Amino acid sequence: MSAFVVRRVLIMLLMLLLLSFAVFFLFSILPADVARLTCGKICTDQTIELNRARLGLDKSIFEQYWLFLSAIFVGRTYGVGEGALVCEAPCLGWSFTKSEPVLELILDRLPATVFLALGAFVIFLIGGVGLGVYSALRRGRWQDKAITGVSLIGYSLPSFFIGLVVIFFVIIRWQLLPFPDYVNPWEDPVQFLQTMILPWIVLAVLYAAFYTRLTRSQMLETLSEDFIRTARAKGLKERVVIGKHALRAGLTPIVTAAGLDLAGLLGGAIILETIFSLPGLGSLAISSVLNPDQSILVGITLITATFIIVANLIVDILYAFIDPRVRPT
Amino acid sequence: MSQVVETESRASEADPSDVKGRSLTQIAWGRLRRDKTFIVSTIILAFFLLAAIFAPVITGFLGVDPYSLDPDVLDPAGGKPIGPWGGASWEHPLGVEWGTGRDIFARLIYGLRISLLIAFSATILVVILGTLFGIISGYARGWVDASIGRLMDLILAFPFFLIILALSGTMTQRLTDLGVPEGNASRITYLILVLGIFGWPYLARIVRGEVLSLREREFVESAVSLGASTPRILFREILPNLWAPILVYATLLLPVYVATEAVLSFLGVGVLPPDPSFGAMLGASTQYWTLVPSYLFIPGTLLVIIVVAFNLAGDSVRDALDPKAAKR
Repeated sequence: MSAFVVRRVLIMLLMLLLLSFAVFFLFSILPADVARLTCGKICTDQTIELNRARLGLDKSIFEQYWLFLSAIFVGRTYGVGEGALVCEAPCLGWSFTKSEPVLELILDRLPATVFLALGAFVIFLIGGVGLGVYSALRRGRWQDKAITGVSLIGYSLPSFFIGLVVIFFVIIRWQLLPFPDYVNPWEDPVQFLQTMILPWIVLAVLYAAFYTRLTRSQMLETLSEDFIRTARAKGLKERVVIGKHALRAGLTPIVTAAGLDLAGLLGGAIILETIFSLPGLGSLAISSVLNPDQSILVGITLITATFIIVANLIVDILYAFIDPRVRPT
Repeated sequence: MSQVVETESRASEADPSDVKGRSLTQIAWGRLRRDKTFIVSTIILAFFLLAAIFAPVITGFLGVDPYSLDPDVLDPAGGKPIGPWGGASWEHPLGVEWGTGRDIFARLIYGLRISLLIAFSATILVVILGTLFGIISGYARGWVDASIGRLMDLILAFPFFLIILALSGTMTQRLTDLGVPEGNASRITYLILVLGIFGWPYLARIVRGEVLSLREREFVESAVSLGASTPRILFREILPNLWAPILVYATLLLPVYVATEAVLSFLGVGVLPPDPSFGAMLGASTQYWTLVPSYLFIPGTLLVIIVVAFNLAGDSVRDALDPKAAKR
């Protein structure tokens, strides 16, 4: 078991390295001129050249990548002499548009994204799996038809439209909640909840629809298997048959999807953060697109990709615990 | 020849309840024809598709167009459309835009045209790339399969939505430099390419799995022993057996891309004004929605109807093509 985990971790590290290079390469080679993007409209040729040298853009792509990679472990100083900018390890790059280390900007925005992701995750996982199981147990009856119908529509709804509709009715028309204005939960828990409740619900509803469908089809498949009949024949209570035998066997794809979805959400729910003006990674990303800042984008892309790869690893290991059939010998 | 026909017709006369072997296509078609959800959603989709294709004819017939400004229907102070529902009238059935007086109905069907163009083109690109890589990967096995597999892993680990956003500015510029007309033509080309390039691995995985089992079948073996060339085996023998999973995947991918285009335009990196798009219309609606809610609800509802119809149709196609599905 531990050999399995070690091997998976090594593969993960390799993937991360490969991915970081791919991301770096993609971002470095594509744009016309990164240095020109560092100062926007106030650029003079002098600043551009200065920033080019500071960012190391005059070096080859491999040297640049090496500088970037080593900065994560030992930090990096941009430029020399008085105007030098020090970025301490772990350094993910320097944002010239915001004059701050990229990692600091990201850490600044992380809480809002994490709260949004976790809150929605809890709601949609419990709601989706619960409804899916219920729907499977009521197969063919009106409850099942209602749930599958609603979840198909919920699955198809574009998140930004639903977000806008919810804001329109709840906040503007009925004035049940104030306009979203994010604060830290320990500063003002009430305002925090008032801000988060709508994005949580919207995000959760969209994802729950998918989990309901997935759980339902998984349950229907496992419920028709022989070991369920055996469990019933043994005289086990229906609750045990469903909860312990059927759900557990059908859980693997749900765990996979949940792990990847959570990782994706932690990388920032770009659309909902924009609509509900939450200061998270997603809104940082979109603002760095509209007001171009390559280094922030590289940083966020890498962080998100890391989340996804780590989630993959955790999911793989969880598999072995949930489903004895996957356990390596 | 005529004799054969005669024998056949006589046989069917003799025993009308004669059990005939039916191909998967026939079974699927039979199921779909009895599937009310499929029929309704297909009719809706056909309606929108025709509207999109014949958009110039329709707008020409109604005497509206998506670009021309009409200051006559606007309040000179502030540019608010005169009348309720965004100034809806016989001239402008769904009202006009705030500030410009451009006709909403014309913009909707032209927006639909662009949206469907992007969705279909990107899906076709995904189908081509995914099928090609999937077939090669599954048939070649060995190091070819392994390297394509790792490439797919890498692409799947990319936060692809973020990448689309992040690269939009620079890549659009690149395309313009390459000679694609500036502005939305470049943006649309970029969207199609990037959706296709990041979308194919999912399909390739499905195709690869199918090919792995198909390549062991007798008809492939016999083609090999008859000396058929590898391309012939791949595209004449194996490919025809793959259309069912590919079709299902493609129908379910279309609505995803319709929605993605809307979201990207909403965020300001897709199709930009003056060209019409659902996403951009929804994005602009928030400025005026307390006064003109129809700006939000008309394009939004249309978008939802299209996406839901595509998903319902795709679901039906999947059920119909599933050989394991019970008779209903």
